[in-house]
Amino acid sequence: MNASNARSTALMAPALAWLTALMVIPCGLILALGFFRRGIYGGIEYSFTLENFALLLDPLYAGIFLTSARIAGTATLIAVVIGYAAAYAIAAAPRHRQPLLLFLAVLPFWSNYLIRTYAWIVLLNREGLITQFLRMMGYEGEPPSLLYTEGAVIVGLVYNYLPFVILACYAPLSRLNPELAEASRDLGASAFTTFRRVILPMTLHGIAAGAVFVFVLSIGNFITPALLGGGRFQMIGNLIYAQFLTANDWPFGAALSMALIAIMLGLLTLQAMAAEKGAGERREVLDG
Amino acid sequence: MTTLLSIDGVTKRFGRVTAVDRLSLDIRENEFFALLGASGSGKTTLLRMLAGFETPEEGAICLDGADIAHVPPNRRPVNLMFQSYALFPHMTVEGNIAYGLEMERLPRAEIATRVGEIMEITELSQMARRKPDQLSGGQRQRVALARALVKRPRLLLLDEPLGALDKKLRAAMQLELKRLQDEVGITFIVVTHDQEEALVMADRIAILKDGRLLQVGTPHEVYEAPASRYAADFIGVMNFINSAGRTIAIRPERIRLFPDTADRTVEGRVTARAYHGLDLMLHVATGLSPTPLVVRLTAEAADRRPVAQGDTVTLGWNDADTRTFTD
Ligand SMILES: Nc1ncnc2c1ncn2[C@@H]1O[C@H](COP(=O)(O)OP(=O)(O)OP(=O)(O)O)[C@@H](O)[C@H]1O
Ligand SMILES: [Mg+2]
Repeated sequence: MNASNARSTALMAPALAWLTALMVIPCGLILALGFFRRGIYGGIEYSFTLENFALLLDPLYAGIFLTSARIAGTATLIAVVIGYAAAYAIAAAPRHRQPLLLFLAVLPFWSNYLIRTYAWIVLLNREGLITQFLRMMGYEGEPPSLLYTEGAVIVGLVYNYLPFVILACYAPLSRLNPELAEASRDLGASAFTTFRRVILPMTLHGIAAGAVFVFVLSIGNFITPALLGGGRFQMIGNLIYAQFLTANDWPFGAALSMALIAIMLGLLTLQAMAAEKGAGERREVLDG
Repeated sequence: MTTLLSIDGVTKRFGRVTAVDRLSLDIRENEFFALLGASGSGKTTLLRMLAGFETPEEGAICLDGADIAHVPPNRRPVNLMFQSYALFPHMTVEGNIAYGLEMERLPRAEIATRVGEIMEITELSQMARRKPDQLSGGQRQRVALARALVKRPRLLLLDEPLGALDKKLRAAMQLELKRLQDEVGITFIVVTHDQEEALVMADRIAILKDGRLLQVGTPHEVYEAPASRYAADFIGVMNFINSAGRTIAIRPERIRLFPDTADRTVEGRVTARAYHGLDLMLHVATGLSPTPLVVRLTAEAADRRPVAQGDTVTLGWNDADTRTFTD
């Protein structure tokens, strides 16, 4: 090992120790927990079993996974469309104004997640701001049921994770050479074709990064479905929460957690591989 | 010859900078036209107005007699080769070149043939599958050129098309451009820093300075009869002699060594000599100008009367070969 290698190892040591103590070991413990039985009165009976993982395939629980994926997927799709458009607008603004616009886009992050979610309750509940606004406009009928719907959960997720998409898409958009779009127009492409064939492919990795972020954070979320879904829409996060804190079935909770972590890791790995592949292809031909 | 493009009193400002200043110019059908000027003289800005990326604040631009001020870039029969090339990094060489033809919705077979042909001409066939970041600067330049050429536009605008090429490839491409132009019948406007290139390639040359047009003419006219001291200095090598508030300009090849008869003669000492191909260039210090006069001798003349550095020589020329500027 040479000196610079030794130095970089030394520099990484605290971070590695931190990750090992607070990530790897707890995850290992949870994984191990999944292979034990639940005690009759709660607690854990230390005998090996695969039952907990088999139970994941039960239509009831598999269904909750699918619902979670659907809600997270819808939220991701909406966040990507809105976030990309916002990032595009920021990148097209005059250079000196862009930092301020970005700051405004991530401003919600400076307040607490719970408070931001409660704000939506204030907006959406039956006598909330939206209903009052409708009344002011002369609406007389029943107040709309907005809160405690799947839509409310999706709105909450989109709102909370939108800044990730904006940041992830802004990076490649702001680096795009404007002459590329001009060259495309010059060669006969319409504005739409230019977007589809030049701008979009060159910023796709930003979209992918933002989308994976939103999806991974949404599918495991339990606060938003609990508060805005009113417990009517169970997502995996709520299920895990219930296993650990109300049903007292830690081994099954552990198996659920592992399944969720596996999904997240799988997606993050795919995304990292896609990003690496783009960079790798370029290197390969140069070397060969 | 008919006029293809007519630029009439065009002005373009960026804030306080006037990039192009009341410029008028007619470009003829099938002409090979060179725009020459120092950095920042407005060459790129003029091309960008012709391509449709900038709108002039004043004046009109007419193509085939129709004002094209409000025609978007993708609907103009005009193509621009960008100074920075602007190749699509996520497409192969082939993909870049085919892009413009795909926009015309040509049949696939025709696209393949035309792309193949142009890659042959620009010596890119070996690199068809590479991406732009796997190419050298000169190769990228050729891709940009091929991508614009393959469209066979009415008017092709080239912003420093040969800047990154080495001398040999550059000379080959100069001839190739001329040949292509004859073959395809496209009108070319070429921006160049290199006055020699402009002299070799162009049918006519325009010299720009600070956004204004200084002179337009054939290479012969601008070389032999520069309209101003700036133009004289810009094109070719020129000796300037100050006398009584005026500037006398004379080309190095018009000065003779030990002349039998001459309107003017002067003595000087040879401070340097250098071969430029077949010609010999002498630097001769005289009292007439602060810098030595440059004298260009043919190999024949140099052999007849050999001179060495440090020799004292007599130079002579005729008044008819000089130009006088009062600026
Ligand atoms: N988008 C712009 N914003 C502000 N000023 C500009 C812009 N484009 C050009 N200019 C200015 O206009 C003038 C002419 O620029 P232009 O790019 O046309 O010069 P050029 O002749 O092409 O120079 P070069 O040989 O260096 O390419 C310069 O002073 C330049 O700084
Ligand atoms: Mg330029």
